This record gives sequence, C-alpha cells and structure tokens, in this order.
Amino acid sequence: MKRIVTLNTRDLEKSKLNGGCGECQTSCSGVANQKC
Amino acid sequence: MVHQFKFAGYNIVLDSISGSVHVVDDVAYDVISMFEKCDDSEIKRALLSRYELDERDIDECIEDVKALKAEGKLFKEDSFKPDESFFEKRRGVIKALCLHVAHTCNLNCEYCFAAQGKYHGERALMSFEVGKRALDFLVESSGSRRNLEVDFFGGEPLMNFDVVKKLVAYARSIEKDAGKRFRFILTTNGMLIDDDVIDFANREMDNVVLSLDGRREVHDRFRKTLGGVGSYDLVVPKFQRLVKARSACEGKTYYIRGTYTHKNTDFLEDIKQMLALGFDELSLEPVVCDPKSEYALTKEDLPILFEQYERLALLMKERREQGKPFTFYHYMIDLSHGPCIYKRVLGCGSGTEYLAVTPTGELYPCHQFVGNKDFVVGDIWQGVTNHELVSRFARCNVYSKPECENCWAKLYCAGGCAANAFNATGDINGVYEYGCELFKKRIECAIFLKVAETLESETK
Repeated sequence: MKRIVTLNTRDLEKSKLNGGCGECQTSCSGVANQKC
Repeated sequence: MVHQFKFAGYNIVLDSISGSVHVVDDVAYDVISMFEKCDDSEIKRALLSRYELDERDIDECIEDVKALKAEGKLFKEDSFKPDESFFEKRRGVIKALCLHVAHTCNLNCEYCFAAQGKYHGERALMSFEVGKRALDFLVESSGSRRNLEVDFFGGEPLMNFDVVKKLVAYARSIEKDAGKRFRFILTTNGMLIDDDVIDFANREMDNVVLSLDGRREVHDRFRKTLGGVGSYDLVVPKFQRLVKARSACEGKTYYIRGTYTHKNTDFLEDIKQMLALGFDELSLEPVVCDPKSEYALTKEDLPILFEQYERLALLMKERREQGKPFTFYHYMIDLSHGPCIYKRVLGCGSGTEYLAVTPTGELYPCHQFVGNKDFVVGDIWQGVTNHELVSRFARCNVYSKPECENCWAKLYCAGGCAANAFNATGDINGVYEYGCELFKKRIECAIFLKVAETLESETK
C-alpha cells in the first residue's frame, strides 16, 4: 500500500510555455473551473 | 506552499504553486506537516511516539517526500510572479462582451445588484444598430482569438428579444468571413420564456443561465413581480420545458443559477429542491450586498455555510455513485486539463479582454461596474479611451494583492472578483475576505470530489 498517491495534474510550469492562448471561456460570481 | 486537510476519510495534500494533489496516509500526512519545520531526526522521534512503525518505514516516507519536492510537486517555490510577458499575452485583445440589451426588468428582486435592472440609471433598451456596432467592435478588437463570447444580459434580456435574435443572425452572417466562432449566453429570469424563446435558445445559445433560488418560499421572498407577487410558479414550468427540450441538443449547456442569503443559510435544501424539479446543472451563489442589509451574510453564518458546502459535496458523491449525478459549478474543477498559469494569475479578464456594453454603447470593465461613471472605459465607436483605467485592470491580479501572497488558494481564484473587491474595500486591488473564506471551502470540496472520483475509478 503506497503512503502517497499523486493525482495527474496539469504542469503549471510547462504552461508558461504552452499556455496563454486565450481561447478558453471567460470566467466569472471561477478560474479554477475552466477547461483549457 | 502546502495546504493539508482531512475530509470524509481522505487525507489530502495540495501543493499550491505546482497544483499537485496528493492523497496520503496518516504517517505521510504528519511527515509532510513537519517537513519544513523539523529535521529528519525530529520527525522520526515524533512519529515513533505516535505510530507503531520501525525507523525504516519512516525513513522511506521522508525519502518519498524529498523526491516529490525534488520533482517540484511539493513545497515548490513560487516562480509565477508576472513579468511583462504575462501582460503581453492579453494586451489590446478583447474576446468577450456582455451586451446589456435591456436596462429594464419585469421582476423587482430586492437583492439585485443591478438595482432592478436599471443600474441606477434610466430604463433603456439596446437598439439593433448599437448591438451590431458592438459585435463589429468585438471582431475588430479580437486579434487572433477565434472563440468570441457574447452574453445577452440585463435587466431582463428577453424584454428585447427581437434585437437579440437580429444580433445573433448578424453575428452568424459575419463569423465565417471573419474567421471567428461566436458563443452566445443568455441570462434570464424566465418570465418571458415561450416556445419561440425555447426554440431559439436551444438552437443558438451555447449556455443559458436560468435564475431560480430553490424552494418556493426562498425564491418568492426576493424574486417578485412588479405587482409584488412571487415568481416561482410562473417561471419553474417554463424552465422545465426549456431544459427538457434542451436535453436533446448536443453540446448545449444550461444552469440553474440561484442566490442564497442570510435568510436561507440551509441552502442545501434549495439544491435538493432544484434536483426534485428535474434540474441537474446547478449553481447557487452567496449574496453580495450592503453588510447592513437584513439579508446580508454574517460572520456567524460562516460555519453553517461551510457545513452546507461539505454536505453538498457528499451528496454529489453519493448521487454519482447511484448513477444520478448532478453538477455544481464551483465543484467542476479540472485538474489535468484545467487553466494555464496565465489564466490562474490574471483571472477573469474584466477590463481587458472582457467588457460590458450598455444600451447606449458605453464600455465598462464588466457588468458589475455598469452605472458607476468612474468606470467608463470608452465606447463602441471610439473603442477604449480610458487607457489608465484599463491598465489598472490589466495589472490587477493575484500578485498585486499583498493579502493573497501567502494564501494557498491564490492560483485557484486569481485574486477574486474585482467588483466584489471594489465594493468591499473601495479598491479593485483590495480583497473581499468573506468571499475568500467561502471560495477556499468550495475549492477543498471540489478537490475532495476529484480525489474520490479518481481513486474510485482506479479501484474498479
């Protein structure tokens, strides 16, 4: 039994290079709920 | 920066900066909590007194934590403070407009931030000519962006339905040549929904936002007609017809969007009522109003609200396991295909890539600033003319707020809502602390649901 299980999450450091295209939906009353 | 919490049998560790999420046992949970404050021998001594383990077990666990740190998945240093290249990504590009097609309303909701739809001004409807120019302005200002968004908003936008239909037809006529794709959203109180509206909305609107507060007595407390009668029985059957017809339309979403106040801090009962009515895409938001109002949320309400959010998460998990899932928008977090770091730092884009247009063509940073003349940024004919104000919004981000520096949730909220911050503190770079508390609880619940879903699917 592993003591630590790490979920698959987006590499935010890498997204400095491959992010920022701006094609995602505007978020609003949040950012975390957006799909890239 | 690491955030740890326990909920419903799960020990969850979130590395704020990398976004990594770990599910751990009690030993690893304790090792991680001590890791930055104690040396290895102190950790070992503490854990040997707590658990029946041999030293080798603890050594292995400490080594695992060190390996995750080396991989940048635990205790990652913050390297995301924005430089000029961050702002360059958005400079001068507008990709979304909120069209205020009607500054008037057929309801008289006491808690409405838009002052019964008129935004503290005169009753007004947007003409087709103003709307058409707004769409042209959006295309002209959108640079290389392909996906453009237009919200039909009010007031009550269906009080100007003919113009809405003409504007959609106009947008469809230009999108191919312009190399753009328009996504339309309609926010409505439901009073004017009929077969024509349902057919149109389910064909053209990518999303419809339907205002319903939950239980009849809760909804009717605030959402009254101009004659003072509750609107629940008038709108619920219309929403049900629209949603039933919409279920056959692929890729078309809706959500029931309610508001809760100090008067219904047991808001989970309102969620259950929405489910009982047959709705399964839900959103229920805390009222934001004058703190002196009798329905304003109070500090004493917070523990009750936290418990409601937790019980909501457990209900979602239970219904998912029963094959009767529903969505609650604040819990729809996407860990593997979620937003990039630019989005997480810069936030919603109000005042920069997202603007609101009034019926007379004035531009504001977002729908919540409309009516406050200090926030006019230009108009649809001359474009943005108040560059100083737009620059202030462009640089308003989670790193421009000292209060956010050590917050574990900062890359999930991007510093929060500028309008809420302004209303609470008088400064768009301020922080609406009450909203922060609720936001953090919602993120914990959202991550818990993702953890449970992931681990359950792996054991099947």
